[in-house]
Amino acid sequence: MLEIAVMLVAAMLCIALVLNMWRLIIGPHAVDRILALDTMYINSIALILLYGIYNQTPLYFEAALLIAMLGFVSSVAFGKYLLRGDIIE
Amino acid sequence: MSFTIELIISALLIFGGLFVLVGSIGLLRLQDFYVRLHAPTKATTLGLGAILIASMVFMYHMHGYVSINELLITLFLVITAPVTAHILAKAAMHHRVKLMERTRNKHLIESARIQLQPEQDNEKQEQNKEV
Repeated sequence: MLEIAVMLVAAMLCIALVLNMWRLIIGPHAVDRILALDTMYINSIALILLYGIYNQTPLYFEAALLIAMLGFVSSVAFGKYLLRGDIIE
Repeated sequence: MSFTIELIISALLIFGGLFVLVGSIGLLRLQDFYVRLHAPTKATTLGLGAILIASMVFMYHMHGYVSINELLITLFLVITAPVTAHILAKAAMHHRVKLMERTRNKHLIESARIQLQPEQDNEKQEQNKEV
């Protein structure tokens, strides 16, 4: 049962990633694209955790933590650049 | 693995996957940037939290100890998602991104766009020191 659930959730996450990609392409303004990219980071964290459950190994949690931190920093840097015209003043 | 634990993990995984999917559908389908900001920052964070709890239960059952990494990821996401949303909303107000027609309190955007310059802050601090 767990394998079926993992496959089902992986399909849901892949559909979610495709929808985020669609918003990333058509986004009318740059902030829409940044928001779509941030959501893609979070969905990829979920996909990595799911791969860890599927392989029954805790090896991928560090990768998920790294992606979480880098995603936050890059989203804040993009937002700061749009807000002030510079990242570090 | 016993049936009950498998059922708990599967239910949590499907709950989380549904919420992540709903967040992405909201990101694609809602009308306005300010409305669109709600879907990924709330629904997707809740879904990822459910998937992380499922992963914690699974790892506890497999290896016999609770790993702190999932708790760290949860804490980090819960702290950072509102910060990102706040900065993106401020950037959108700064660029005057188009609003929906029936947005309420539109006039408050102009006062929210005003930003104090760093020099003014320094002058105020110097005045305070002199006083």
